[in-house]
Amino acid sequence: MRSAVAGLELLEPRSVNEALRMMRDRGPATPLAGATDLYVHLNSGTLKPRRFVNRWALDELRRIASKRDGLSIGALATFTDCLRSPLVRRRLPMLAAAAREVGGVQIQNRGTLGGNVANASPAGDALPVLAAAEALVVLRSTEGERRVPFSAFYTGYRSTVMRADELIVALEIPPVAGKQWFRKVGTRLAQAISKVVIAAVRDARPRIALGSVGPTVVRVPRTEEALASGASIEQARRILEAEIKPIDDIRSTAAYRRRVAGNLLACFWKETS
Amino acid sequence: MRVVGRKVERKEGRAKVTGAARYVDDLRMPGMLIGRTVRAPIACGELVGIKTELGGPGFTTVDFCDIPGKNVVSLIAEDQPCLVEREIRHAEEPVFLIAHESREALLEARVSLECRPGVPVFDPLASPRSFKDILIEKGDVAKGFAEAALIVEGEYRAGLQEHVSIEPNGVIAWPENGGIAVLGSLQCPYYVHRALMTLLALPPEKVRVCQAETGGGFGGKEEYPSMLAGHAALLALKSKRPVKIVYDREEEMAATTKRHPAIVRHRTGVAKDGRLVAQDIEVILDGGAYVTLSPVVLSRACIHAAGPYRCANVRIRGRAMFTNTVPNGAFRGFGAPQTQFAGEAHMDRIAEALGEDPVKLRETNALRPGDTTATGQRMHDDCSALEVLREAVKRTRFPEKRWKWKGTGRGIGLALFYHGAGFTGSGEVKLASKAALELTERGARILTGTTEMGQGQRTTHAQIVAEELGWPYEAIEVAEVDTARVPDSGPTVASRTCMIVGGILQACAKELKAKLGRLTPRAYLKRNGPLVVTKSYEHPGDVAWNDETYRGDAYGTFAWGCEVAELNVDPDTYEARLTKFTAVVEIGKAIHPVLAAGQVEGGAAQGIGYALLEEAILRDGRMANASMTNYIIPTTVDTPTIETVILERPYRHGPFGAKGVGELPVDGAAPAIVNALRHAGADIRRIPATPERIMEALCASR
Ligand SMILES: Cc1cc2nc3c(=O)[nH]c(=O)nc-3n(C[C@H](O)[C@H](O)[C@H](O)COP(=O)(O)OP(=O)(O)OC[C@H]3O[C@@H](n4cnc5c(N)ncnc54)[C@H](O)[C@@H]3O)c2cc1C
Repeated sequence: MRSAVAGLELLEPRSVNEALRMMRDRGPATPLAGATDLYVHLNSGTLKPRRFVNRWALDELRRIASKRDGLSIGALATFTDCLRSPLVRRRLPMLAAAAREVGGVQIQNRGTLGGNVANASPAGDALPVLAAAEALVVLRSTEGERRVPFSAFYTGYRSTVMRADELIVALEIPPVAGKQWFRKVGTRLAQAISKVVIAAVRDARPRIALGSVGPTVVRVPRTEEALASGASIEQARRILEAEIKPIDDIRSTAAYRRRVAGNLLACFWKETS
Repeated sequence: MRVVGRKVERKEGRAKVTGAARYVDDLRMPGMLIGRTVRAPIACGELVGIKTELGGPGFTTVDFCDIPGKNVVSLIAEDQPCLVEREIRHAEEPVFLIAHESREALLEARVSLECRPGVPVFDPLASPRSFKDILIEKGDVAKGFAEAALIVEGEYRAGLQEHVSIEPNGVIAWPENGGIAVLGSLQCPYYVHRALMTLLALPPEKVRVCQAETGGGFGGKEEYPSMLAGHAALLALKSKRPVKIVYDREEEMAATTKRHPAIVRHRTGVAKDGRLVAQDIEVILDGGAYVTLSPVVLSRACIHAAGPYRCANVRIRGRAMFTNTVPNGAFRGFGAPQTQFAGEAHMDRIAEALGEDPVKLRETNALRPGDTTATGQRMHDDCSALEVLREAVKRTRFPEKRWKWKGTGRGIGLALFYHGAGFTGSGEVKLASKAALELTERGARILTGTTEMGQGQRTTHAQIVAEELGWPYEAIEVAEVDTARVPDSGPTVASRTCMIVGGILQACAKELKAKLGRLTPRAYLKRNGPLVVTKSYEHPGDVAWNDETYRGDAYGTFAWGCEVAELNVDPDTYEARLTKFTAVVEIGKAIHPVLAAGQVEGGAAQGIGYALLEEAILRDGRMANASMTNYIIPTTVDTPTIETVILERPYRHGPFGAKGVGELPVDGAAPAIVNALRHAGADIRRIPATPERIMEALCASR
């Protein structure tokens, strides 16, 4: 491990409110959930924060509940919680599908949905699901709670509208009508970061979201529009390939991501017809 | 036989399974410091200055001025410094060492290097310098091409592969007896011993090298520990305390040796009936910034380049080029996987050009007893090219799948290959390895400098000795590797440990048995006192090699393999998914069938990674994906069922007929997979065949 750990401080709140007070009064204090992302930075010596708020014990943040035909998923719900939840499997099967493809079993047991959202990687596997489902991010601070539509949550590469004193407490998912579809293309079959990841809902108003094809998870409104107004899948595919802005990096190439995104769009359309 | 060929319990198995086995990282010595290496940030240039802000007391620092002997890592050439003096030849080159009792203090210490960048060379084809040139000639290629009905040409490229042994490099060094002692995770204790004598200007008896339990090597702990042990030793001598250095995964990947990337060009003349009449082959290896082992890797690469085929006219030209990258070095297969990938991918292209079946083409040309290889080595009865080929074809129902799957996105491909066991040419003669047996109250103790790193050396050696003595397996112990106590048995490399060192041990056992007569060990010891039998390698009289002309018996014998890959290509993501992998190998005698099968499965898995996923990506000479996240090795989910079939045709000079097995299975995986991809419609000439490359191939041919 490349980080010196002696100077790090871990705060252990007993309630969400105490956690929020700690973040207000003793900031900068970084909230810590499963630590699967934070630990990677700790190991490579790139972790900047020195004080952490450990919320792992706050079970109140782990609830998965029905909410007006939709869902409310506590930020601390792990991927394992999600894929074991009958409610998630019934109402948001594409989330269960995404959870099943995260890392390996150990990471699924420890990694949380809130952590995936807050970490703000464009390759986060749950993010296209939440984008396609038009989730609301429930943020809370000592001053109160606000709900941010998922499409307004990310402002750029690894940046969000979340303030330093705020916590994600839950993700609220409105009822999703229509067939759901998810596909991850990783660098291998397990323990893999996505090269292209797509979640989509087949509805009168199709909703399609992709990860790893731009600086943030993206919805593709022009492609959705085209499909909604009866364009052929070939036309939609061309629009999609122009609409996304993938790059070459150490994991893949822009050309691959663009073409595969188009192929997956066609798969989605075919398999949900 | 009572012991050989049986699945006895492995000697260190229990300790490993229960966690009792201690690896370097588990060990702590009183007063021990931890060492850290400060490395060059640029690929080429000059070191101008070193600035330190250590942030407290208690540090030991070392630069090249602290080296009492010669500032080199002594290997084939003495060109590589242990610490940079002025010239920087590759990124991550070690420059400065610091040590402290507290890991925390060590991590907080700041050392910055001021460097003046030069103009690096990264492309081996653009490099002005070759470390070694090799020419192998047989017959007359011009004449051969004149006879050819068809000429097929092709260029093939293989990428930069990292070993990824589960345990990274690590050592502890401490001052001892007016000299130095080192305990490390390593393959070749006597390489380290010699390197330390040169670096520290010490006589042999003042240097002691011991092996700690070692979690995998694959060649990554062949020459590199000589560098690392040097660093720890310099810090230990200066601080007068034990010093431990263990690399983390990132440093292990970014700074240590890897498999040589290769460019291999083939031009092959074929007669109408499919006979190879001329093979003209050019092999270019990227050697990296220093010579290290490149000349011998190139040698093995070239000798294996023409494949297990008979052809009257062969020319093989090889070069190992200098580039400003981390030196490439030993890696399981040692050049042969690169050239046999090219050769076997090329064979399928020849079959395609002829409109012939790839099995038939290989049957026509496979070496048979009495035939000669490119170096003129005559094949004996244990030449098994046809046997492994036929068995693999039968097992996999190859022709049927070949026919049925055409045009379906599924593919099946095979590769036929061989691997010379032991050091190349006169290497074993020069090594003059020794091994010994010491009589104990209960039996005998094996004394060798060869190392257990997971492959099962302790177990197979004990089996050979027990069998020869007619004693139970349990009566044989294996001594810890410590250069003060065990002889130099040569390095644990080149698939030589069971075959060569096992052979010396068998000779020791024979002599021990004769000395004992009818006495039990206890009775003998009581009557005559201690008994140690030491034997040296004896070169078989019927194995001859000429280093000047590069002709003759390159190896005592070859092990043979045919591997078959079955896969499908996802039409939407261009991912190749292996559904089945079959390895048929002929290895003389499987001393321990489970360990042998383990070698084959592990080698196949490593070859699968090499074929499809693994590639170190260099940017400005630095590894851009130095992590398990981004350097992609296959997980169990990516590895298909591997069926292993072991055939046995005894080698006349091997212990109980054994040949080497460790490296062989890596040679065939990549070409089998690439040939299966070709069958599925993708013309791949460069590995790894990532989905990105498969996409390019498919979209280009459509
Ligand atoms: C081996 C391995 C494999 C992985 N594989 C995948 C994969 O396949 N797909 C994938 O998407 N990810 C993967 N990850 C990344 C990681 O597991 C996920 O992003 C996970 O969801 C992070 O959750 P966590 O609870 O561990 O987050 P943590 O590491 O605890 O936190 C991550 C970040 O989010 C912040 N944070 C966490 N919770 C909150 C909250 N409630 N409110 C505000 N801020 C918060 C933290 O401050 C931190 O900045 C992998 C990681 C590893 C180590």
